[in-house]
Amino acid sequence: MTDKTDRAENEIDAGRRDFIGVAAGMTAAVVAPGVFLHSVAAAPRSEPVNSDVRWGLLVDTAKCVDGCSACVEACNEENGLNLQTPPKGESERKWDTQKAVWIRKVKLQDNQTGRITNLPMMCQHCEHPPCVDVCPTGASFKRADGIVMVDRHLCIGCRYCMMACPYKARSFIHDETSGQLTSVPRGKGCVESCNLCVHRRDYGEESTACVDACAAEGHHAIVFGDLKDPNSAINQQLKEIPSRQIREDLQLNTGVRYSGV
Amino acid sequence: MKRIVYREWRISPQRYWSILGILAAVVGVGALAFGYMEHEGHWVTGMNNSVVWGTPHVFAVFLIISSSGALNIASIGTVFQKPIYKPLGRLSGLLAVALLMGGLLVLVTDLGRPERLIVAMTTYNFSSIFAWNIFLYTGFMAIVIAYLWTMADRQGSAFKRPVGILALVWRLALTTGTGSIFGFIVARQAFDAAILGPMFVAMSFAYGLAVFMLVLMFAFNDDERPIGPVMLRRLKNLLALFVAIVLYFTLIYHLKNLYITENASLETWLLLKGGIYTFLFWIGWVLIGSLVPLGILYHPELSKEPKWVAAACALVIAGGLATMYVVIIGSQAFPIQMFPGRTVLESGFLDGVNGQAAPYWPTLPELLLGLGGVGVALLITAVGVRVLQFLPESLADDVVPPCEETIASAEADPELA
Repeated sequence: MTDKTDRAENEIDAGRRDFIGVAAGMTAAVVAPGVFLHSVAAAPRSEPVNSDVRWGLLVDTAKCVDGCSACVEACNEENGLNLQTPPKGESERKWDTQKAVWIRKVKLQDNQTGRITNLPMMCQHCEHPPCVDVCPTGASFKRADGIVMVDRHLCIGCRYCMMACPYKARSFIHDETSGQLTSVPRGKGCVESCNLCVHRRDYGEESTACVDACAAEGHHAIVFGDLKDPNSAINQQLKEIPSRQIREDLQLNTGVRYSGV
Repeated sequence: MKRIVYREWRISPQRYWSILGILAAVVGVGALAFGYMEHEGHWVTGMNNSVVWGTPHVFAVFLIISSSGALNIASIGTVFQKPIYKPLGRLSGLLAVALLMGGLLVLVTDLGRPERLIVAMTTYNFSSIFAWNIFLYTGFMAIVIAYLWTMADRQGSAFKRPVGILALVWRLALTTGTGSIFGFIVARQAFDAAILGPMFVAMSFAYGLAVFMLVLMFAFNDDERPIGPVMLRRLKNLLALFVAIVLYFTLIYHLKNLYITENASLETWLLLKGGIYTFLFWIGWVLIGSLVPLGILYHPELSKEPKWVAAACALVIAGGLATMYVVIIGSQAFPIQMFPGRTVLESGFLDGVNGQAAPYWPTLPELLLGLGGVGVALLITAVGVRVLQFLPESLADDVVPPCEETIASAEADPELA
């Protein structure tokens, strides 16, 4: 009796063992890809940004088409700016002056010759950005790879950077935000501007939303790339066609260059 | 000359509490405006992505530069050793602290994220003039409180001159710093001018003295304390001089811009076609804020009347607010010239299409927030003079220390003495 009981207790419960085996296998099957993918995805971000690269844009105004706003729409979608709606009771006209705009189309006419030029304007990612100089808390900063952006945790919303920017590139978030994108967190009371799709940079993706959209339209007016890499497409083009910086006299050494202006 | 006796402001409790009640209500409404703007976001203001600093900044900067200007009276007494100004030193120090508090409160309550003020206090970027100013403002507050102590306490009197000199140097740095917040901005044509630093110092002299004189005259009148003609003449002459200096700086600023071709469009706009800004420049800044007060203050008869002198002070203050509006808001409204030689035909971000200025119109919450700051400054002053001995009992001619002007004229004409 005693022996039988002992034997029964010592007998391996095959069912239980199977269950544990299946459970462990399934857990591994469910969790492992997550862990693996997570580590793969996080890999680029685990290394600090360095100054081996300097990201920049080249705009060929000859290819920028009058009436096309593909770059603006793509930027809005990429960064969740299309989710902005006028606050209740606010007129559309006033909201147009208050909503956030990271990239805009500008149409110019030469006063002497009457020649029309179209171009997109955005943060020019200066080497010596005035917005970074004036920011009292250091929220406005330049990354080692040349991207000028705002640390949304440090920004106190004083708007001094907006006063100091020669390109009117920055926007203040005037209203409550809702339905933000995970990759582009935004918050009321902070300043923001084009960051060359920094989330794409950190995930090792190529190009920016505006560049992709312009290419998709078949215009190829904007080129994105590493200004320090002599073999990059942007550098090749900069060698070929004449280009300049907007407000060159300020000697800010902008990361965004224009040809035909 | 008699010994100067300082006494608390002894108006009737009823009158005192009703003044306090009105000021508290103004401060309360300002606080509500702050709560509203903070809760809703800045879309309820007239400010936008082109004009990023609005009416609150007009009040804040006015109060901050008036604060350093109000301290001038104490400096003239202590540092420059003009005896007749010495009885005014304590009120001058109190007003300096009170006005600075009012101005700073408006500035911080207009922030997009005011709850992050602690970030501004703990994380600094020392290339920012704003960051320097945080130290200049808090340091000024501490130095002026120490200065008040040296003026009021016998133990401190030995330190009065050194602390007074430090306060003078500090206030010059502070106001130059405030002017340089604008003057060192290369992006906007109307700002990009180092003259704004010293110009703000001159403005602070005028506005600070005008506020000081109005507060002094009101407090003395209510408590039936006398201000003698000699004291009144000295103060009004000083105010006229400061107003004239502001006008001089204004002239140089515009002459420089008119001379330089690239600024011609800015000047044409500001002086002729700028709408509200042109109006506020000529009518507010030049006429009401400068020429009319100068006319009153140098008028042989009117300048002897305290009421007219008070009116001149009020006009200088009104003109000062108009000046701040033109300097701060007008300079932002004028479009940034990104493409010289070209006209902007279309823009997705109001880049001065066809040279048009950026829109801005103040809303009520902004105005109430600014007035709230004025309320805070006056509330601190009212409580200060009531509970502590800031005000001299009399400023009559036979009480105040001798004035060099009187002595000089007596020497020239013995019969007058």
